[in-house]
Order: sequence, then structure tokens, then C-alpha cells
Amino acid sequence: MKSNSLPGPDNIYQATLDNGLRVFVLENHASPSVVINGYVAGGAVYEAAAQAGLASMTAAVMRRGTKTRSFEAINEQVEAVGASFSIYSGRHAIGIDGKALAEDFALLVDVVSDVLVNPVFPAEYVERVRGQRLTHLQERDNDTRSVASLLFRQAVYDGHPYSWPVDGLHETVAALTREDLTSYYQRNISPAGGAIVVVGAVTGDAVLRALEAGLGGWQAGSLPAVQYPPVKPVPSVLRREQVLPGKVQTDIVLGGPAVRRSDPEYDAVRLANTVLGRFGMMGRLGENVREQHGLAYYAYSSVAASKEPGAWEVIAGVNPANVERCLEAVNEELARLANELVPEEELGDSKALLTGSLPLRLETNEGVADTILDMVWYELGLDYLHRYADMVNSVTAEQVRAVASDYLRPDAHVVAIAGPEAQM
Amino acid sequence: MLADGVLKTYLDNGLAVILKETHRAPVASFWVWYRVGSRNEQVGITGISHWVEHMMFRGTEQFPAGVADRLISRRGGDHNAMTYLDWTSYYETLPAEDIDLAMAVEADRMVNAIFLEEGAELERTVIISERQGSENYPAWLLHEELVSMAFKVHSYGHMTIGWQSDLDAMTRDDLERHYQEYYSPSNAVVVAVGDFNAEQVLRQIKSYFGNLPAGPPREAVRGLEPVQRGERRCVVEGPGETAYLTIGFHAPPALDEDFFPMAVIDTLLGGARSMSLFHDGEPSRSSRLYKALVDSGLASEASSYLLPTIDPYLFICSATLQDGQSLDDLEAALLAELDRLTREPVTPDELRKAVHQTRAQFTYSAESVTDQAFWLGFAEIVADLDWLNRFPDSLAAVTAEDVQRVAASYLDACKRTVARYVPTDDE
Repeated sequence: MKSNSLPGPDNIYQATLDNGLRVFVLENHASPSVVINGYVAGGAVYEAAAQAGLASMTAAVMRRGTKTRSFEAINEQVEAVGASFSIYSGRHAIGIDGKALAEDFALLVDVVSDVLVNPVFPAEYVERVRGQRLTHLQERDNDTRSVASLLFRQAVYDGHPYSWPVDGLHETVAALTREDLTSYYQRNISPAGGAIVVVGAVTGDAVLRALEAGLGGWQAGSLPAVQYPPVKPVPSVLRREQVLPGKVQTDIVLGGPAVRRSDPEYDAVRLANTVLGRFGMMGRLGENVREQHGLAYYAYSSVAASKEPGAWEVIAGVNPANVERCLEAVNEELARLANELVPEEELGDSKALLTGSLPLRLETNEGVADTILDMVWYELGLDYLHRYADMVNSVTAEQVRAVASDYLRPDAHVVAIAGPEAQM
Repeated sequence: MLADGVLKTYLDNGLAVILKETHRAPVASFWVWYRVGSRNEQVGITGISHWVEHMMFRGTEQFPAGVADRLISRRGGDHNAMTYLDWTSYYETLPAEDIDLAMAVEADRMVNAIFLEEGAELERTVIISERQGSENYPAWLLHEELVSMAFKVHSYGHMTIGWQSDLDAMTRDDLERHYQEYYSPSNAVVVAVGDFNAEQVLRQIKSYFGNLPAGPPREAVRGLEPVQRGERRCVVEGPGETAYLTIGFHAPPALDEDFFPMAVIDTLLGGARSMSLFHDGEPSRSSRLYKALVDSGLASEASSYLLPTIDPYLFICSATLQDGQSLDDLEAALLAELDRLTREPVTPDELRKAVHQTRAQFTYSAESVTDQAFWLGFAEIVADLDWLNRFPDSLAAVTAEDVQRVAASYLDACKRTVARYVPTDDE
């Protein structure tokens, strides 16, 4: 991809509203559609452990009615023109996502702004949303993959806000009141530190006008400071298991905390993860667990990196009889990555994937908007994509080995297992 | 629209070729579609089409196992395959300048796939693991029960993954025989969409695929489903705490004149679906089922589904029971919504909305070469390109009377199959 066509400082329109909300626009008239993507202050880290799910439920109830629009009116106006949006809570922010035909962009911004600025939290909808959520949590808590992931988080992030799921727990969501929601909204959700990214067939000026009209009058609050307890390395192998009677397959999540997105080691961790459980059909893990041993339909790894250290995890689903064989194969790959240098050719493969997949990532308006939002949220700089290939290519085999040996060790990790009785 | 500016031609060996230039991003998506899926399977070999798809990643002489995967990934490409009722498809989406790599890989495995005993055995356990992963989900178990009850004769009555006993019993020889019967130019459609010159890509396709033998003639699928003469009903019991309801009605196939009225019904009930392969999109909250089932507090989720198919398949309505509610009430409310379609004419506003939503989805799908190529190939297999091109206009031509007539004829009580999932852990 030619570097002058990459989203960057020379083609991203930038502006800031009076309340500090930053606006980034990339015009693209190739098709008559527009994507809006962004975040404002809020998120699960501002809720207490005893109120897990509060931020997420607050965001859900926000769209159930505003001072001038009922829930039905919001849905009807947006969906009648084939547009859509969601407002949701992440860990560190409230996320905004939407898309519309270009001709309906102003309408979409108007509705999304209304939901952000003027929610009224109708009492009957607090109960309806709670009912839906409790049912979802029931489903989640009977899903082997989700349960393994929950056990994993609890063990890796004990005492840290990352230890509970953003959508909460059955007992905490059951206890939330309407007052909890309104007070969370008033204290935490505001344009402070926020950013909106718009990509598609619309001009920067038009976006700015629409956002000024919709969000310009929204007062920025002050962001409460969050004190995070340190995320400690896992000292040895910690095994957590939960039986879900009657299930057929067992799910495994194995790993530990790695790095923050801002950590200089992040590029090495991402590359190591690509080698381990992503390249081609799921990297070395896919080759060993699936191709060579036929043990699992999926065996791969993923790494998260956020404001706080994200989890680096191996994920596999296997027949209960094959859990130990699968763990052996996974540990073999972890040991190889931590002890041996990845051969240059193999390392080059993963580097080529990371750099070569950029045109695919940047194909759609959504892909471009996500990429710009990442640059803003993680403060990577709008010229990040221009530097990206060099950053990927400068990682050495020794750096890859070192991060594997620091963060994903066969002798020090959490392994969480959820499945039927047979395995135990 | 999606099929505008499309070049369609046939090579001498019968291979259909569909090409579309689009220059919004420097990428291209290359697909090969085979007219084979679970529709072409009988009991004893259920799941064989999907298993053959897995075998196609075990390599050829020219591209031994893992080699094509590595070459495509090195170029930053994405590739995969999928098998469903009527088709099996393979794709590579990659920087446009590398599209010849996709052609080389696909032309090679169209005729040169190797079926080793060892590879077949390894895939057996991988596929059983895939099936067992699905069995962990109550909604999947319920769907399997629904289709197997709704179809007594037609091969749409088994899941594409196949029955466990067939996965245990099938042999390497079965797989190779199935491959030889269905994998050839005369049973395939090539689709390419992207930032290329169509004339040039056609020349490349001719050079890669033009000399392959046409392949054997194939027998038509037998065993059409007889008319259903009474409601069918079952309860699936299993682990969990949540109950689910799903109701299926025999539906018109893609090329039937009643398909578009049925598609309007689907959109009224469940909203217009995202056409993106990899992004579900937001659930509709202004659709009739959402209002009647979710917003009323009976269900936590509700949806409808009309799949365009070659033979008559099902129109399916599903809902997840909200904790504390009753399945009887949920079923009554769902059936009341269906009944309303027969009793009350739909308003012009609602009809307009269904068309507008669908047009918007067609517009969004144009952002991705992968999505465009998917729809072109899919349409060519289950119907034709003209069907896809006229899709929004065909919806717009549907009248309120059409909706009432088709609802009365297809959503009839004696043609439905009702399946409930009742959790055994629920006290």
C-alpha cells in the first residue's frame, strides 16, 4: 500500500469542540456510507467490584429513552433508514459505534448525541434490561468457553478491576438500582478526554457542524483518578477448574498478564503471539494441536494490551479425554518459544503478515475508523501507520524469546478449565 | 447495486466465471464455489462435504500441507473455506497484486488434492471436536432437532457437520469419491472482486483453470420433502438454566415467486440482516418480534431467519426465554405475531422501511470485496445474478396483499415444527 494513501496526519481532518471532545474525520466518497466510532469518559474501572456490571448496564439503559425521545422513537428513527448504533461500556471508557447512509448521517449524530447527553433512565426499562441481562449472564455462566475465561481472569487479576467481567455477575446485576445507574452516569459519563472518529462520504466541516450541534453543549466532568493495584506475575502453575455437568466439550484458557499497550515491549509481544498462535491457521499452536495431533478444532492465542497490562492467553476446545494431551502440546510450544530463538524465516513470515495485512484492515470504513481510534486512544500518534512497518520489522528473535520467557511460561501461568464431569 | 458492472462468462470446460472490478482499496477477493453441500448427502455419509473441505487444507503435490497457507499469510492475506446446505466455498482475500497466488492454489486443489489415510484420521478427530464444541450450545442442539424433525425425506434434515455416527464411520475412500464426483470446473463457480483489470484477470483464470477436465455429469438430488400434514413438536432437554423456543415453517426456495413476500415477512419480523460475513451488526429493536417478545419482557432475544436455498428450506423464528417467564406464554406471543401477518395488512410505511433497510445493507456490503464476492457466488449457486441484482426492487414490488397471502399459505399451523429446549438444571 502506498504510504500516501494511509490514514495519517496529512489526510485526517482534526478539530476540538469547546468541551474538549476531539474530532477526527477521514473523508472517503467511494461508497455513500459513513461510520462513526468513538469514546467518552466512563467504563467498568469506575465501578466497585460489588457493583460489577454497573457501567455496562448504565450504557444499555441510556438508549431506552431521552428527554424528547422514547425508546421506540429512537429505534424507529434510526432503523427506518437502515442505520444502527450502539453505546456500550468498555473497561476504561464508554464506546460509541454507528453507521448510516451518508444522507442520514446528521440524523444518526442527532440521535446518538441525544442518548449520550439526555438519557432519562425510565424505571420500567431498568427492570426490562436487567431481565435481559440476567438471562444473558445465565447463558454465559453455562458456556464452557466463557466460564474458563471468567476463571482465568479471576486468577490472573485477583483484586484488580480487570478481575470481573464488564457485563457483571448475576448477584451484582440483580442488586443494581435505578439510582445506581443515574448516579454512575452523572459522576462518570462525560465528554472529558473523549474522541469521535468519522470515516466515509462526509466532509470534516459537516461532521464538525453535526457534532457541535449534538454534543457541543455537553459539559465535561472531571475524570476520577483510579488507583490500580499492581498486576502481579503468576508465580507458578495455578490450575482452576469448573465442572459444567452434561456438556460435551472442555474449554481451556491458559496464560497470564503481559504488557500495557504503551510498553516498549508490546511490539515484541504482538509478534511472539503471531508466531505462537495466529500466523496462517493459528500459528505453532494450530500446527501442533490441530494439524499434527488432531486434538482440537480451535487452538490459538491472543494478546490484549490496554491501559493496564492485558492478558496473553492460549485458548483451546478439546474432548475431555484430551485435556492433558492438549496441555502437554501447548506447554511444549511455550517452552520452545521461551527457550529457542524463532528461526529468521519463520519470524519473517509473521512480520510479513503483520505488515502485509494492513490493506485488508483498512479496506472498509469500519476498519479505518477502528485503526484511527486505536491511534488516538493509545496515543500512538496519527503518523503511527507510517512508522508501523519499521516497528514490526525491527523486533529481533531475541526480543521475542525474552517476552515469551517473561510472560508466557510453561512453569508459571494460570490454566482455567471448564467442561463436563469426565475430565476431573 | 451489487451485481452491476459484473462480467460473467463460462470457460469451455463449463467453469462459470464472475468478475467485478472495484477500485476503492488495493485488495482483491478470489472465490471458488462448488455446487455441493449437505444437500448432496444421504444418511451414512452426512458431513462428508464439510470433511472434504477440511481435507483440502491437507495439501497437494504442488502445495504440500501448510505451504499455501504460509504463502497467502506472508502476503497479509486472509483465507478460509465454508460448507453449508447448497455449497462449499473457498476464498482468499489479499493485496490485489497477489491474486494470481489464489488462482494457483484453487486451480491446483480443484483436481490435485491428496487424500492420505493419516490426514483423514486427523481431520476425523478435528471435526468431531468441532461438532462437540457446537453440542455445548443449547441453541445448536435445538436447531439440529428442529431440522431433523421438519425434514423427513430431504437432506436439509441433517446439520452440515453431519451425524456423529457418520463421522465415526466414514472412510478415506468415501471422501475421495465425494471429491472426485463434485470437484471439477463444470460444477464450480469462480468469483473475483477487487482492484484489478477484469480482462487481465479473465486471461489469468483461463490459463490456470482452462485446461482442467470438465468433470463427470452429476445426478440431480432426489428426495424432495412431501407436504407436512400436521404440527410437529418436540422438547430437547439438556444442561443449563435457560430455555429456548424455535419454530420452523417450510419456506419457498430462492427462485420461487413467493420468496420475496417471505423475505418481506422476515424483515418485518426480525429486521434487515447485516450482509457482512464477519460482522453481525446490531440486532433490530424496531422489528415486530423484538417489540412483541423482547420489549414485552418475555424473551431476552428474538430473531427470524429466511435462508435463500435451492430447494425449499425453512423459515425459522427463534427466541430465548427470559428468566422467570413461561415457554407457553412466549410461544403464544410469537404465534400471535405470525397470525397478525395473516389478519392485518401491513402498512405502506412498514413496507417502505423494509425496502429502505435492505437497500442500506446492500450499500454497506459494497465496502468489502470479500462480502461482494460472497454474495455474487452465493446468488449464482442458489439462484442467479439477476436475482441478486433485482433483490431490493423485488422486495419493493411486494404488496400488502402478497404478504397476507404468503403468510396464510406458509405460516399455517399444520406446516410448522415447534421445538423447545428445557434446561434440566433449572429449579
